[in-house]
Amino acid sequence: MVAKNACWPGYLRKNGRKGIRNKLLILYTVECASFVAKEIGRLTASPHVDVVGFAGCTDNEYAVRLLIALIRHPNVGGVLVVGLGCEYIQPKWLATIAEEEGKLASWLFIQQTGGTEKSIKKGTKLAAAFLQELQKTPQTSMYITDLVLGAECGGSDYTSGLAGNAVVGRLFNRLVSIGGTALFEEILETIGLLELLQKRGANKKAKQQIEATYYKALQYCNSTRQYSISPGNFAGGLSTIEEKSMGAVIKSGTQPIQGVLKVAQNPPGKGLWLLDTTPDPHWMQFGIANPNDNEGLLALAASGCQLLLMVTGRGNVVGSAVAPVLKITGNHNTYLHMQGDMDFDAGLALTGQKTLAELEKDLLEMVLNVAIGKPTKSETLGHKEYHIPYKYQTPGGSKAGCAQQ
Amino acid sequence: MQTAFQINQADNVATALQALLPGPVQLLGEYTQTQITCREEVLEGHKIALLTIDIGQPVIKYGVVIGVATKAIAKGTWVHLHCITSLYDERSSHLDIVTGAPKDIKYE
Repeated sequence: MVAKNACWPGYLRKNGRKGIRNKLLILYTVECASFVAKEIGRLTASPHVDVVGFAGCTDNEYAVRLLIALIRHPNVGGVLVVGLGCEYIQPKWLATIAEEEGKLASWLFIQQTGGTEKSIKKGTKLAAAFLQELQKTPQTSMYITDLVLGAECGGSDYTSGLAGNAVVGRLFNRLVSIGGTALFEEILETIGLLELLQKRGANKKAKQQIEATYYKALQYCNSTRQYSISPGNFAGGLSTIEEKSMGAVIKSGTQPIQGVLKVAQNPPGKGLWLLDTTPDPHWMQFGIANPNDNEGLLALAASGCQLLLMVTGRGNVVGSAVAPVLKITGNHNTYLHMQGDMDFDAGLALTGQKTLAELEKDLLEMVLNVAIGKPTKSETLGHKEYHIPYKYQTPGGSKAGCAQQ
Repeated sequence: MQTAFQINQADNVATALQALLPGPVQLLGEYTQTQITCREEVLEGHKIALLTIDIGQPVIKYGVVIGVATKAIAKGTWVHLHCITSLYDERSSHLDIVTGAPKDIKYE
């Protein structure tokens, strides 16, 4: 088996994890610092620089954990934190965490530095020096077993369940069977499938976690009086939430589920994991579960995925900060219509030109090429979206995957 | 010939890959019969019954139950909100059958 033996140079981090990119992360700690951070990114003009940040000034444990997870991410080699000077999140503290991880790290306060122009000047100088330094990052042999893939779907249509997600599910089966790791999320799109998911729990604890996470999602749907299905889905031919759920869950393949992770938790072992992105009920309210696809993609990255697979039917153009996004469509017409954005045409399964087995092989090859360094379409176009909302979630919560039962 | 996709051998519905008109339909995917006769118009992405499904019987796609028939569904006919209902989301059987828009809330 070729994939099993594939070996390529990856970036070795102090914590032993291996990255497929070597990025400088410019991170702002409040909206007030975002302009300066984005200007530093823009003026540095390097494809290896990503800008992310949290807009809120008031404290949010979820967002802070997520930022820390991005700092520790194996695709990140250096971190420059930009703060205003009076927000809750402390840039110096974040830079210290990066340093402890053996990464290049620095920080600045705009108030202390003397305003916009001086901060941009200082920041671009630091960034340029870091980019030079990053070229010396030690490399190591990387194998498919070092890969953590994440899958997300958005802008779905009827082809997603039949082809796009179906090919990803087969790829996940293959990856997991040869010792790799994969994450899937979108628990709100598992409604109606508890029995099927629970059966796939690798052990008693995993089964309990899946059940608790499922019931939390069901409680969320009941309390918001809204299942994750919209008029457009119905008009497109989906008749029930169960049908939509199965079209989404199929991207997780059929392998055993090792357990449930909360956002920013990294998988403690190999295999397939479910990422719970639903907020825990907080003060009797949930807040918003999945505001958009980029929120889900960044949550997967924060939970350790080096490479993300985004499945679409109607078409989607996004990428993500921190982890490259490979876009797959099950709709052959969408592929032709948006070829500048789509990396992979799984729609060939529906036109009869290729079998799902052939497509799985092709997709694995493409995944390996991206891991080796070939840019995805969204990387080439410069898509580096991110969305970090206020959310309330407690990792390792007392009741496995559900803080309130 | 017009085509529909059956994703699992246990399924009693297939998905129309184009808008289907009455007449023969070739099945692709994990099909259990090579061809069926379409009895009425089925829009692209919508489902066609591969077998007769009695009232109260499960509708199966991906090998799992995606809903229950609310009336008898003849083989070769359109399967959607007018004849099946979710076991979870009862609102979905009260939506406009073509646009999917909700009809259960009146706004002044």
